[in-house]
Amino acid sequence: MRRAVLIAVPYVWLLALFLIPFAVVFKISLSDIALAIPPYTPTAKDGIWAMLSQLDFENFVFLTEDDLYWKAYLSSLQIAFISTVLTLLVGYPMAYAMARAPEQWRATLLMLVILPFWTSFLIRVYAWVGILSGEGFLNQFLLWIGIIDAPLTILNTNTAVYIGIVYTYLPFMILPIYSALDRLDGSLIEAAEDLGCSRLKAFWLVTIPLSRNGIIAGCFLVFIPALGEFVIPSLLGGSGTLMIGKVLFEEFFSNRDWPVASAVAVILLLILIIPIVLFQRNEQRQAEAEQ
Amino acid sequence: MKKMMLSTVAIVALTGAAMADEVRVYNWSDYIDEELLTKFEEETGLKLIYDVFDSNEVLETKMLAGSSGYDVVVPSGTFLQRQISAGAFQKLDTSKLSNAGNLWDVVEARTAQYDPDNAYSINYMWGTTGIGVNVGKVQEILGADAPMGSLDLIFDPANMEKLQACGVHFLDAPTEMIPAALKYIGEDPDSHDPDVLAKAEPIMSAVRPYVQKFHNSEYINALANGDICVAFGWSGDILQARDRAAEAENGVEVAYNAPSEGALMWFDQMAIPVDAPNPEGAHMFLNFILDAQNMAQASNYVYYANGNIASQEFLVEDVIGDPAIYPDAATLENLYTTTPYPARVQRTVTRMWTKVKSGT
Repeated sequence: MRRAVLIAVPYVWLLALFLIPFAVVFKISLSDIALAIPPYTPTAKDGIWAMLSQLDFENFVFLTEDDLYWKAYLSSLQIAFISTVLTLLVGYPMAYAMARAPEQWRATLLMLVILPFWTSFLIRVYAWVGILSGEGFLNQFLLWIGIIDAPLTILNTNTAVYIGIVYTYLPFMILPIYSALDRLDGSLIEAAEDLGCSRLKAFWLVTIPLSRNGIIAGCFLVFIPALGEFVIPSLLGGSGTLMIGKVLFEEFFSNRDWPVASAVAVILLLILIIPIVLFQRNEQRQAEAEQ
Repeated sequence: MKKMMLSTVAIVALTGAAMADEVRVYNWSDYIDEELLTKFEEETGLKLIYDVFDSNEVLETKMLAGSSGYDVVVPSGTFLQRQISAGAFQKLDTSKLSNAGNLWDVVEARTAQYDPDNAYSINYMWGTTGIGVNVGKVQEILGADAPMGSLDLIFDPANMEKLQACGVHFLDAPTEMIPAALKYIGEDPDSHDPDVLAKAEPIMSAVRPYVQKFHNSEYINALANGDICVAFGWSGDILQARDRAAEAENGVEVAYNAPSEGALMWFDQMAIPVDAPNPEGAHMFLNFILDAQNMAQASNYVYYANGNIASQEFLVEDVIGDPAIYPDAATLENLYTTTPYPARVQRTVTRMWTKVKSGT
């Protein structure tokens, strides 16, 4: 009995917070747009049978007919991928330095990484508008030290979006890598060095593979939300920044086309879920093979 | 158990009471003298919760999702018309609007095309969409005879290319920009024909590279501070920028012109959502706004004309005497109105707008 309850808990969680909302979105994606509250038809008011018989895949067909959507998906994948790599490049050395720092400092360093979360996400992104704009702090500083003659245009470009994503998601990269490195047994590196590895080689052959799980977790935590990101591209990006989050917003708010917006969301989810499931399966197989 | 039930009842009663004491208003940003909000609270003893938006689209999404929780909202004419047909609003109870006699028949005749018999809404403000310029900068770039009152200024790529360095903002509202582009090439600005609408795209795409930003409210400050030199925006917002620049004495002179080719005339209407938690309080708010002196105070503050004839005697000369706000007969002749796009056309329009803005 107790076991059944224990097993049921994650499933109830999954059902309530993922499957039911997904079913609702999926159902709307098969509906038609209507001028009503809510703005689609059929709804539950029409009866179950009418509701089911009127559903079709028209909206998904529509998405394939217009290249806007594919361009937006591809451009989001590209932006999410590049930002994940950048976040890893910035985050790994920080996590490494934290894990190597004297014991009594680590709690403070960890605190400093988490500290930005005490301020609202929106305000932090908005602060970057002030930093990156033509008359912003960054340009003023660069002009002052004489590196540039004219202000750089960073705000309202993809560069600003990368800066925003790397800044915002950095803690999500640092924390899992730090926790992997923190557990790393220092004697393994000593052993590698005793056996003739240079420090660099020991880092490459011992430290990186042993922190692999932290790297993977960090990359997922950055890549997945970055793919659907809306706030950062709309505040920092320009009108030319094409991301699926912005397309979703347009479908929902400008077109008030909930069915097409839902279809866009369903496909975004599939893009995310299929590789993750494949990856996990692969991992499991490897783990079993090792045993 | 009994005690628990009692406290539950008490909590329900309390929240119920709180609802009846509150009025939630959702209005455009920079659109009222905030002293009026405190005055309303003092006069009625109701607590006023005042939120703002800056695009009709955002408001419409909230209305069509239902249960917005607002008692009074302020959509523009075409959006109001569509939301009425979606069943989003309740009919006004005129017995609770003792000040309704203050309304101006000239405006009512026009708003009736969106809301027949004005059964669902009262006019709050109305205005035109036109060109705001930083006079000094534009003349410095384009010469003393710069076409500051013509759509040539914003749709002729030769002018825009020169102006881009000092900054140009457009409204992020296809329902405002497309009619203007159509008017520029001599087409019917209210056309719903996809082939005619398609003609607006090359006009806008040709000047797109020179537009710094598409936004519905940032241009007020940007114009006033001298960060940009041209904005295609709403009359009162640009006049507010003019006023702020004059107050700041920063050497920026802002002017508003309704395009000589013809300008879009729009109406912002106050209406009560069908599921408003406090319709009683909503009517009290509408009646408060309909009061001649209150309405005049709002107009004197935001530089928009209103639909309240009785308020005109309390308007300052800067407002009632300014043809950019209260147009003379000749200008009035040159104004046009638009009607809502059907759903399929709306899709074409939004798609075109995305294409113009993002280049894809």
